[in-house]
Amino acid sequence: MNPLVVDQMTVAYDRQLVLEDVSFSVPEGKLVGIIGPNGAGKSTLMKAMLNFIPRMHGNVFVYGQPYEKQRHLVGYVPQRNSVDWDFPTNALDVVLMGRYGHIGLWKRPRKEDVEIAMQCLDKVGMLPYAKRQISQLSGGQQQRVFLARALAQDASIYLMDEPFVGVDAATEKAIIQLLNELKTRGKTVLVVHHDLQTVRDYFDYVLLLNKRVIAFGETERTFTYDHIQNTYGGKVTFLSATHIVG
Amino acid sequence: MSYTIWILLTATLVGINCGLVGTFLVLRKMSMLSDAISHSVLLGIVGAYMVSHQLQGVSMLIGALLVGLLTTFLVQLLHQKGVQSDAAIGVVFTCLFAIGVVLISLFADRVHLDVEHALMGEIAFVPWDVLEVGGRSIGPKAVWLLGFVLAINIFVIVFAYKELKISSFDSEMAITLGIPVVLIHYVLMGMLSLTTVASFDSVGAILVVAMLIVPSATAYLWTDRLSTMLICSAFIGVLASVIGYVGATAFNVSISGAIAVSTGVIFFVSLWIAPKHGLLRKWMKKSPA
Repeated sequence: MNPLVVDQMTVAYDRQLVLEDVSFSVPEGKLVGIIGPNGAGKSTLMKAMLNFIPRMHGNVFVYGQPYEKQRHLVGYVPQRNSVDWDFPTNALDVVLMGRYGHIGLWKRPRKEDVEIAMQCLDKVGMLPYAKRQISQLSGGQQQRVFLARALAQDASIYLMDEPFVGVDAATEKAIIQLLNELKTRGKTVLVVHHDLQTVRDYFDYVLLLNKRVIAFGETERTFTYDHIQNTYGGKVTFLSATHIVG
Repeated sequence: MSYTIWILLTATLVGINCGLVGTFLVLRKMSMLSDAISHSVLLGIVGAYMVSHQLQGVSMLIGALLVGLLTTFLVQLLHQKGVQSDAAIGVVFTCLFAIGVVLISLFADRVHLDVEHALMGEIAFVPWDVLEVGGRSIGPKAVWLLGFVLAINIFVIVFAYKELKISSFDSEMAITLGIPVVLIHYVLMGMLSLTTVASFDSVGAILVVAMLIVPSATAYLWTDRLSTMLICSAFIGVLASVIGYVGATAFNVSISGAIAVSTGVIFFVSLWIAPKHGLLRKWMKKSPA
C-alpha cells in the first residue's frame, strides 16, 4: 500500500479553479519534487492536502486511511516567511514544538523531548545556536530550525514548501543530506521546488503541476523536455537540453 | 483598609490582567480586536442589565463574555465573506457599541450607567462600591471581580501555555499537530472580554485598550522569551498604575488618564533604551565602536 494517495482533488478560490482533478500516488521512501510555474498551485496543493484550505472535491489517504485520521503521521515544513521570526522564542523552543503532538494536549514537554529536540538541532548543525533568539538567525539557519522541528516530529510523510528558497550553500547541502537520511529511514518526502537544474540530482519522483497534473512518475522517465514545456507553457527556453535530459 | 490602598490594588490588578492577555494579542497581531471588544462589551453590560435588572458582577461578566465572543465571531464571518479584516472589525464593533449607546439612553433614568463613565471609567469611585457579606464589608466589588478574572487568566495561561504559544507562533503547524486552534482563539477572546469588563469600571473602554496593548508592546522590546514577556508585561502594567496614581494625586488629575499616560511614557523610554530592540542599541550596532 502506498503511504500517500491524493485522489481527484479539486480546489477553488472564489469559484476560480486553482487545482483541478489532481491525483497521484507516492510509493514509500521516495523523494518527490513538485515542480511548476508560479501560480501553478504547488503550495495550494500542500495546504489543501493538510486541510488548511477547503477542498471542493477529492480525498487524501495516508497509509490507506483518510488524512484526517492520520494527522500525526504527516509533518509539514511551511515556507520560511509564513511565520513571524520576531516572536519571543529561541531555536530550541521552536524545535520542541515538533514534539507537541507526542507530548499531548495540555501537558508539559518532558526531559526526553528536550533531548530529542537537541539531537535534531545537532543533525542540522544548529546545536550551537539552540538558545539564540530566532530573529538573530540567518535565513538559512531559520530554515534549518524548521527542518529540525520536522525531524523532532518524527512523522512518516513530510510535506516541505520551498525549503531551498533563499538559503546559503551550507544550508542547501544540509537539507540534501537530511532528505537522503529521511529516505533511508523509509520516510516519504514531498518538496515544492523551483530550481529545474537540480531536479534530476535531488528527486526520485517528480510531480509536474500546472493546475492539473501534467506528469507524475520516476524522475528519469518523467522529467522530460516535452513534459516541462507542457508544464511551463513552452516558456522554458533558457534551459539547454543537457540540463534536463542529462 | 484605606482608600489609597484599594485604588492601588485595583489598578495593580487591572495592570496584571491586561498585561497577561495583551501579550497574546500583540504577538497574534490582533491589537485592534481589543479595541473592538472593549467597546462592544458595553452592549453586553446593558444586555445583562435588561435581563437581570442589576449591574452585578456575575451577570455583567456573562453578558460581556457573550457579546465579546459574538464580536469575534462576526468579525471572522465578515472576513470570510470577503470583507477586509480591519473593515470587518470597524463595522462590527461600532454597530454593537452603538446599539449599547442607544439602549443606555433608553434606560438612562433607571440605571446607574452613562456613556462617559463607560468610556473613561472612574477608579476614584471604586472603593465606595463595596461587597458586603453578612452585613460586613469585605472590600470593593471591582477588586473581587478583577481577582476572580485574574485567577481565570492565570489558570488558562498555565494550563494551555504550549498550545497558546504554538498557535500564536505558527497556527498552521499547530493545526497539523491536532491542536484545537479555533477553540484556543475563542478562549483567548473570552479572556479578553472578561478582562475588559472587569477593568471597565476602573479605566473605561478606551483606556483599557492602552492597558492591554502598551505594556505588552513595551515588554516585547525588553525580552526574547514568551514567559519573560508575560511577566514583564504584567510588571509594566503595575508600574504604570502606581506611577499614574501617584502622579494623579500630586497634580489632581484623572487617575485612569494618568495611568494610561504612564504606559505611554514607559513605552517611549523603552523604545530608546531597551537592551536588545531599543533604538540606541540599534544605532550603536550600526556605527562601528
